[in-house]
Amino acid sequence: MTRTDPLDVPRPHAQLHFGVFFQGVNHWTIWSAPDSGSQIDPASFRKVAQTAERGLFDAFFLGEGLRLREVDGKIHDLDVAGRPDAITQLAALAAVTRRIGLVSTSNSTFNEPADLARRLSGLDLLSEGRAGWNVVTTDNAWTGANFRRGGYLDHADRYRRAEEFLTVARALWDGWEDGAVADSAGAPAWSAPGAVHQVRHKGPQFEVDLAPTLPRSAQGHPVIFQAGDSGEGRDFAARNADVIFSAHGNDFDDALAFADDIRRRLRAVGRPDDDLRILPGTEIIIGATEEEAEEKKRWIRLQQVTPATALGIAGLLWGIDLSDRDADGPLPKEDPVVSENDGSFGARRIADPRTVVAEWRAKAEANGWSLRETVIALGPQRGHVGTPSGLADKFAHFVRHGALDGFNVTPYLIPDGLDDIVDLLVPELQERGVYRTEYSGTTLRENLGLRAPLTHRSAADRRQAG
Amino acid sequence: MSGPALHLAVEIDGDGAHPAAWRRAAHSPDQLLSPRRVARVAAVAENAGFTLITLDDGVLPPGAAPDPVGRIGAVERAAFVAASTSTVGIAPVVPVTYAEPFHVSSQLASLDHISAGRAGWVVTEEERPEAARAWGRPLVADADARARESRDGVEVVRALWDSWEDDAVIRSLATSRYLDRERLHYIDFTGDTYAVKGPAIVPRPPQGQLVVLGRPDRVPAAQLDVALVEGRDPASLTTAAAGAGAPRVFAEVEVALDTPEATAAERVADLERHAPWQDRGRLRHIGSAEQLVALLSDLSRHVDGVRLHPLVLDEDLAVLSRLVVPALSERRLVARPLPGTSLRSTLGLERPANRFAAAAPSGQEDAR
Ligand SMILES: Cc1cc2nc3c(=O)[nH]c(=O)nc-3n(C[C@H](O)[C@H](O)[C@H](O)COP(=O)(O)O)c2cc1C
Repeated sequence: MTRTDPLDVPRPHAQLHFGVFFQGVNHWTIWSAPDSGSQIDPASFRKVAQTAERGLFDAFFLGEGLRLREVDGKIHDLDVAGRPDAITQLAALAAVTRRIGLVSTSNSTFNEPADLARRLSGLDLLSEGRAGWNVVTTDNAWTGANFRRGGYLDHADRYRRAEEFLTVARALWDGWEDGAVADSAGAPAWSAPGAVHQVRHKGPQFEVDLAPTLPRSAQGHPVIFQAGDSGEGRDFAARNADVIFSAHGNDFDDALAFADDIRRRLRAVGRPDDDLRILPGTEIIIGATEEEAEEKKRWIRLQQVTPATALGIAGLLWGIDLSDRDADGPLPKEDPVVSENDGSFGARRIADPRTVVAEWRAKAEANGWSLRETVIALGPQRGHVGTPSGLADKFAHFVRHGALDGFNVTPYLIPDGLDDIVDLLVPELQERGVYRTEYSGTTLRENLGLRAPLTHRSAADRRQAG
Repeated sequence: MSGPALHLAVEIDGDGAHPAAWRRAAHSPDQLLSPRRVARVAAVAENAGFTLITLDDGVLPPGAAPDPVGRIGAVERAAFVAASTSTVGIAPVVPVTYAEPFHVSSQLASLDHISAGRAGWVVTEEERPEAARAWGRPLVADADARARESRDGVEVVRALWDSWEDDAVIRSLATSRYLDRERLHYIDFTGDTYAVKGPAIVPRPPQGQLVVLGRPDRVPAAQLDVALVEGRDPASLTTAAAGAGAPRVFAEVEVALDTPEATAAERVADLERHAPWQDRGRLRHIGSAEQLVALLSDLSRHVDGVRLHPLVLDEDLAVLSRLVVPALSERRLVARPLPGTSLRSTLGLERPANRFAAAAPSGQEDAR
């Protein structure tokens, strides 16, 4: 290991940022192992958040799904499911953490701006400037069945609504001038006259007229995250987000291509190209040796992809109910059934099942794999596997070459799945100078090294930054 | 009834019940919306031995200038406070006139998980037309329509709390199944103005159902665990309590107490120079701690609890905790909640059976 700073890289002083994604619904969180904890017990959330804070992570991150997943009209019963409302849970964590950011995934389609903006402001104030909002969009009528307005909103309209939602939210967050509230009980009024502005908005998606009820927090606004991968999603991020939660963090070339694409989109909208942090979701598997790490990975994959889960995943690909087959036997003989709508919601949809199945057959035959082994080997590849020092070298390379700014780690075990990373990997990263040794600020925005919120920048700031 | 005769709840929103209470608060106005302030008031109420704190809310500002116009959402405050307290019950006010019942149900169920079964819900209404414009929703114009939204909202929220049976998470290694889908239920609610499918995304709350508090003239008594009743004098309160029809009845009582520095009457007069203390038809006690103890002792023969609305939290809560609560506990009229006890059990309410479990007993684990 070398201590000299390699200055011949694009970003010699770049720092890696970690978030932790406490997943609520997925098969990657192992529930069957003896040390798999509860997904809903407040102690699990506290443990993960406090471990992440011990490891100087930037953010504790919660996802959201507004309807229990179904496959073929039946509630999907194989994966962890059942999770708290994100903002409510994060407000509780604000009381038992000091520095870590608290990021809520909240839907812009099935919320209203006055309500959600206020909840997020409340979280921001209770955490003294540590709130973040991962803006997600849903357009399926299936989720809409849980809401007053029912199913609605075309695919094309969801980012339009998200953008207008953000416009209203920002107006509400900027509705109070700084120092609006009196600092002495002897003041003539609780708030300075004229310091609280009525927000009136009339647009295609919303017509609202209200007096915001909260001041700005220490970080100005909640930090905006975005997690969508389409061109529209990336453009939305380039115009609005502070952080992208991407799915491009496994392979260096793929990550770099994504980051370059985002930088291009940032420049196109007149933002400096270092204005956004890119934090792909990832799993990190650590062993004392490479062999031990690989051995651990094999064990983890077998826990994650149980025979039933393997049949479920293959069933989605084939478009056939395979639940009565033998996962440890050969691949199904049938051809996949291609349909426009596979009836599965919240689960992966496969664009071209015939080609994928053909590839699976060829590889399974060549390697003598069972169906389950094939699902494990050829299903989505995720995460990084290695020794603490090997991983630290690799991550330093990624960040110094501008392929990403860090990772949003999805622990495969709750609540102890971060311990290895914090105890073994973080010190190696610190030694290489790519990871902080103390929090750089008190707010999420400061810790991520972000500029002021977009609406708070003067024209001069923008020019200078650009 | 076994146990104490009277449960004490206290409303801790803002600086107190009087709109100008901030002028007598022990902190500067810009600290009202700080986490320290939120945590401190709750800690004082918990240490004093209150059964329950409630937190007022609504989409509109809590008051008009020159008085406070700022307020953090009650659910967020409640969750924050739940993480830093251990025995006191916590009930945010959440109106369902315009809110999404699905979100409200998730938020409150989460609060119950976070507080290990200490959560309640005060159901109210967004009455003013400005609230509709703030939400960006069509106006729910009259009292009947608002009552319909409350009734449907409570129905949906409660049904969603039952939509997971208690043991829906089975973690069955034998069958690789995390959930038993037979123990999860669509609620298939269809009301006059909307429909909700379910099931919830949050597992059933620890209490099964949170303690639901509300006015019996706004929410059907059958949907309430605790009726909040009002009356300007003990006689009308007693009458209201007798007709409330809910399992428990709490009287709403506004209090201004003598402090070592000033009499209650002087304190009220001081604030009345700035703004009137609006008459909401509630019993109001302005006087000494001893008189309040006597009043509450009398009331304890007719109601299961009182919700106190202190004039100024920083002043009255101190007197309540030093003089009133101790005197009531000496008379064995009140008892502080025990650690590890749910709000329901503290109130002597049973943990309700799950409506869906009763209708459809779950099948044999190995029969499928
Ligand atoms: C890494 C990642 C995490 C996501 N997490 C959530 C989530 O927790 N809840 C949700 O509703 N959508 C989530 N999404 C979905 C996106 O918000 C978006 O709806 C989806 O990617 C489709 O948008 P697109 O067409 O722009 O890719 C996530 C997406 C990505 C890439």
